[in-house]
Amino acid sequence: MPRYFNILRIFWSASISAEMEYRLNFIMAALSSVMTLAGTVLMLFLFYRTGYEMGGWPWRDALVVVGIFTFLEGTQSAFMTPNRTRVTEHVREGTLDFILLKPVNSQFWLSVRSISLWGVPNILMGLAIVAYALITRETLPHLAGVLLGCIALLLAVLILYSLGYLLSTISIWYIKLYNITMAMQALVETGRYPITAYPAAYQVFFTFVLPVAFMTTVPAQLMTARGGAGWLLGAAVVAALLLMLSIAFWRFALRYYTSASS
Amino acid sequence: MTQASTATLIGWPRKLRVLFNVHYAEMMEFRAEIALWAVATMLPLIMMGVWAQAGESGLFPITRVQVFRYFIVVYLIRQVTIVWTIHHFEFLVVTGRLSPMLLHPIDPCIRFILMHLGEQLTRLPFAAAIVGLFLFLYPETITGGPEGTLWWPGLQNILLAIVACYTAFILRFFMQYALCMAAFWHERVAAMDAILFLPYMFFSGLIFPFQALPDPLREILLWTPFPYMVWFPATLIVHGEAPILRGFLIMFGWTAAFFILYRYLWHKGLKHYSAMGA
Repeated sequence: MPRYFNILRIFWSASISAEMEYRLNFIMAALSSVMTLAGTVLMLFLFYRTGYEMGGWPWRDALVVVGIFTFLEGTQSAFMTPNRTRVTEHVREGTLDFILLKPVNSQFWLSVRSISLWGVPNILMGLAIVAYALITRETLPHLAGVLLGCIALLLAVLILYSLGYLLSTISIWYIKLYNITMAMQALVETGRYPITAYPAAYQVFFTFVLPVAFMTTVPAQLMTARGGAGWLLGAAVVAALLLMLSIAFWRFALRYYTSASS
Repeated sequence: MTQASTATLIGWPRKLRVLFNVHYAEMMEFRAEIALWAVATMLPLIMMGVWAQAGESGLFPITRVQVFRYFIVVYLIRQVTIVWTIHHFEFLVVTGRLSPMLLHPIDPCIRFILMHLGEQLTRLPFAAAIVGLFLFLYPETITGGPEGTLWWPGLQNILLAIVACYTAFILRFFMQYALCMAAFWHERVAAMDAILFLPYMFFSGLIFPFQALPDPLREILLWTPFPYMVWFPATLIVHGEAPILRGFLIMFGWTAAFFILYRYLWHKGLKHYSAMGA
């Protein structure tokens, strides 16, 4: 275990120094995060200025959902996206061989090899919005609820990671599905608003097929004391299942890996 | 006009057709990935869900049925106005592969446009399937009119909308292509486009119908190029209440402006271009 932490430290400090070469890009990423967030809040305002409450969520509670989504978006572009695209590259170029030969778990290696600073602005702004919305609420949230919400948020990160890894694993067979995680990304956009703001068919799909509801709505529900702990249990089950599935699917896929030109 | 130039003039439709067929065949190779693009551009259909619920509340100047119609049309318009040339162009300049294209007697820009058209045609069946799914889920899109009449926007509106749609594509293409020219001086122009994508996403009508905007904001936005890439063609089909003449004039104005900017930067950039890296 300490060995894995050591590896993690080396990987991440190497990635950060590489990223520092492109400071201008970081500034642009930060700018784009700020603009996206401003647009999202403006969008939310378009709904609320008429007195409409999205799916029965008051303005500040809906802001919590937006904040959590922004945080997850940042986490994803900091820790997940830079690694996802590489899986396909390694398969296509046959360099996956070298990774499989290393005395380290290959899924671990492929999942943590690089990080990107691009996600940092979103992570910080997301947390700031959640904090602002919770503090300025009419009734202050209970500490216990907030803590449960934070646990749900960690589970959300796990769900997002597992889904992404499941999809990148497909590249062992089909290199042409290079953009498959982008398609998932588009559907995850649903999480920007509380799940109850959508019609029934959407709610069913985004709870049971693509569990977006567990990523943003459930943590926000717990933080704003509007949901039972049953949802937390549900999130834990979904996260555990998806994580186990992603590990099992990766092992299964490796049996079909035949090195370069496969 | 000399005999030779007349011959080339006649040869144009054939050349374009051949090039189109080549690029269509090329794109068909990537159909699995292109099918995913049809999914990756579903944002309007996601927003449709939120607006449909909002439309039902009666607090907005748009009904549930209008929301369905608007966003399904927006999704289709998005399918024929997606422009990705900057990623391709950046690659061509950075690797120097633009050079052989410069020796061709056809401007590379024409090729790029045909590539997009080929890609669109490849994507269309998948997009149609997605639209089919949503029409199946929400049949009131078609049947929800007054007294159960089926929805038919009218031939004139459809024709106008198709013209507007392809003008929108050309407008969006040249807006991005003008930015592409920066690749002659800077290595990572695709990252710049990511910034330009944001006002497009928020102010084109992709994620909200313009009726929901406060009047002053709407008036300002109608002078920018963004609403004409999505909202304008969509409104031509859905209500037919768009300011037709003014809309087309603003649209042509912006297209011409971006085209001139591109030609200017193209000539300057080629002088700067060293065939390998910028």
